Amino acid sequence: MAAANLGSTSDPRPSVEATAEPVVTTLARDLVDVDNGVISREVFMSNEIFDMEMHNLFPRAWLFVGHETQVADPGDYFSSWMGTDPVLLTRDVDGEIYVLLNSCRHRGMKVCRYDEGNTTQFTCPYHAWSYSMDGSLVNVPGDLFGVPHMKAAYNGKLDKPNWGLVRCPKVYNYKGLVFANWDENAEEFLDYAGDFHWWLDNLADAFDGTPGDTEVFHGVLKWRIKSNWKFVSENFLGDTYHGASTHASVEAVGIGPGGRGQRRHGERQDQGGHSMGRTKTSFRNGHGASDNIAYEIPYPEFVEPEMNEYFDNAWEVRKERLDAEGRRLGGRGPATLFPNMSFAAGFPRSILVAHPISATETEVWRWFLADKRAPQYVKEWLRQYYMRYAGPGGMTEQDDMENWDYATQASKGVVAQRYPYNYQQGLGTEQLSELDRAVHSNHAISGEVNARAFYRRWAEFVDNLSWEELTDLARSDDRIEAIIRREDAAAAAAAAANESESVR
Amino acid sequence: MNERDYTKGPDRWFLLQEISDFLFHEANLLDERRYEEWLDLLADDYHYSVPLRMNVEFADADTRGETKVGSEVCWFDEPKSTVELRVLQLATGVHWAEEPVSRVSHLVTNLRIEEVTMPEVKLSSRFLVYRNRVADETDFYVGRRTDVVRRTDDGWQIVKRHLLLDQTVLLAKNLSVFL
Ligand code: FES
Ligand SMILES: [Fe+2]
Repeated sequence: MAAANLGSTSDPRPSVEATAEPVVTTLARDLVDVDNGVISREVFMSNEIFDMEMHNLFPRAWLFVGHETQVADPGDYFSSWMGTDPVLLTRDVDGEIYVLLNSCRHRGMKVCRYDEGNTTQFTCPYHAWSYSMDGSLVNVPGDLFGVPHMKAAYNGKLDKPNWGLVRCPKVYNYKGLVFANWDENAEEFLDYAGDFHWWLDNLADAFDGTPGDTEVFHGVLKWRIKSNWKFVSENFLGDTYHGASTHASVEAVGIGPGGRGQRRHGERQDQGGHSMGRTKTSFRNGHGASDNIAYEIPYPEFVEPEMNEYFDNAWEVRKERLDAEGRRLGGRGPATLFPNMSFAAGFPRSILVAHPISATETEVWRWFLADKRAPQYVKEWLRQYYMRYAGPGGMTEQDDMENWDYATQASKGVVAQRYPYNYQQGLGTEQLSELDRAVHSNHAISGEVNARAFYRRWAEFVDNLSWEELTDLARSDDRIEAIIRREDAAAAAAAAANESESVR
Repeated sequence: MNERDYTKGPDRWFLLQEISDFLFHEANLLDERRYEEWLDLLADDYHYSVPLRMNVEFADADTRGETKVGSEVCWFDEPKSTVELRVLQLATGVHWAEEPVSRVSHLVTNLRIEEVTMPEVKLSSRFLVYRNRVADETDFYVGRRTDVVRRTDDGWQIVKRHLLLDQTVLLAKNLSVFL
C-alpha cells in the first residue's frame, strides 16, 4: 500500500504520464476522534501510518539532538538520531554547533560509527571521502574536503561544495538544549515551543533559576523496546493516571530523597500528587505537561542535611529571582515537547527521546542533568538517585517498559485493531489557562486532555498539511472557546434559576 | 600452620575450587529467587557496578570504552542498601517487570584468580545471564565480570561485583534481573 503524501522531493525518474495525485489510502485525522475521545489502534500498529510519520512528521518537527555540554570543545561530536536518520551533533573549530546527516554522500556509508569523540575531519571508511569541520579548509564545516584520486577519477571536476555532508538547515540551541529541524520552512523553534518554553526553562535552568546553568552527566542510557514510540511520548506528556498501578512496587519500597518509604519524586507529604493545584497543561500545538506553572512545589526534603542546605538555598534564590521577573515557579513536568522529547525538570531531572525504528520498535535514550555549579556531593547524590530511579535498570522505569511492550503485543491482532483506545478522561471539562493557546485538565490525576491534543496535532502533521495550514490551525485554540461557551451556558442557567427563584 | 602459597600449586587450586563452589551456589540462589539468602552473601560494604559501554576508537578502547564508575552514568553503580531496595521491590507482587516471574539462569565461567590478599580474593570471569519471560521474550546479558570475595568466619562474602556488559544499546527492554 502506498503511503500518502510522502512529501518526497523531485522524483528523478522520467514521468511517463502526467503524475496523478498520490492515492491517499488512510487519513491520520480519520483515525483520531478527539471530540469523542477515541483513537484507532492503527495509529500505533500500522506500518503505513509509520511510513507517513517518517515522511511527514519527523522531517518537519523540531527534534532534540543532544546537549551543548556533550560537545563542549571545538571538534567535539556526538552521534544521535533524528527519526530514523543518523546525525552528528558537531562543534566546528570556531565553536559553532552543526547537525549533519551521518551518511556519506558517495554511497551512504555511515561516516562515523563512534558514539562521541573529537575530530576536525570525518573520513569515510568506504572510499575515503573526507569531510572537514574546519571552516578555513572548506566553505562551510561539514563540506567535502578530501577525495582520493580527485584528478584521475573526476577529472578534478567534482563539485565539492555540493557534496558535503547534508547539513540540517535549522538548528536551535535553547539554553544548551540543541534542537534541529530538517524543514527550512518550518516555524521557528520559539514559535513551535510557545508558552511551553516555561517547562524547557525549568529543565535547562539551574535549580536556583540561573538561566541555562546546567550540564548533562557523561553517559546516555540507550535501550530498545518493542513498542510504538508514541506510547513513550504520551506517558510523559500527562499520564499521571498510570503511576498508582504501574509504579505501585517502587512506591511501596520508597526510593525518594526522603529516604526509604518516602515518595519517589520527593514531594513533601502534604503535597501529594492528588493536589488539585496540580492540574495538567495541554497546548494546541501538541506539547503537554503533567502540571502547571502555578503549581509551586518546593524542593524535596532530603535525609542529608547538606542536600537540604543546597536545595533550600536554591529554592530561596529561585523564588526571589522569579518573583522579581513576575514569573511563576511551577512547571517541572513530566512533560513532552511534541513529538518525541520527554523530560522532567525536577526529581529526577532528565531528558528522554523515543527514537522510532518501526511501528513496534523504539530506541529510548535518556540523559541526566545537574547544575553546573553544584558541589560534588550534590552531583553524586543526584547521579545515584537518577540511576536507581530511571532507565532500564531504574526501579521506576522497568515497569513502564513492561506495559508498553505488552500493550503493543496485545494490540497487534487483527481483531484487536478493530477496537480503538479510549481517551475520554475529562472530556468536556477542560479549564482555562493563563498560557497562550493552552488549557488545563480539571483534575490532577485523571484527564486525557493532553493526549487528545497531542494526537490531534500528530494527525495534522502526519496528513502532511502545509506549514501554512499547520500554523493556521494552531493560531487559536478552539478548546478555549468551548470552555467559554460552556461556562457562559452554566452562568446563564444559574442566572435563570436565580430569577425563577426570586420570582417565586 | 604453614604459610599458604596461593600463587601456584595445590593451595591455589583448592582456593579456586572453594570459591567456584561458592559463586555457583550464589548464582543458584538468584536463579531460584532465594533473595534473602542471597543478600546474606553480600558484604555490608558490597558494591555493584555496571558501566555503559561506548563505541570508541581502538586506541581509546581501554580508557574511554566505558563510563566511569563513581562519577558517570552507569546501568548500575550502587551500594548494598540499594540492592536491598530492589529485592524488596521484587517481593511486592506488583513489580510488573518481573510479574509473572521470569525464568533466569546465571552462567559463570572462565573463572580465574587474579589476586589474593587474604582475606580477599579478586576474581575474573565471564557471565551469561539468560532471561526468558512470558513466552518468546528472551534476553542474553553477556560480558566480563570482576568480583572481590572475602573469607569470613561465616564463609565467603561478595564485596564487589563489577560487570562489563557487551552492549552499547541495551537490547533487552530492561534490567530487572540482577546480573
Ligand atoms: S561511501 Fe563514503 S567514500 Fe564511498
Ligand atoms: Fe511511568
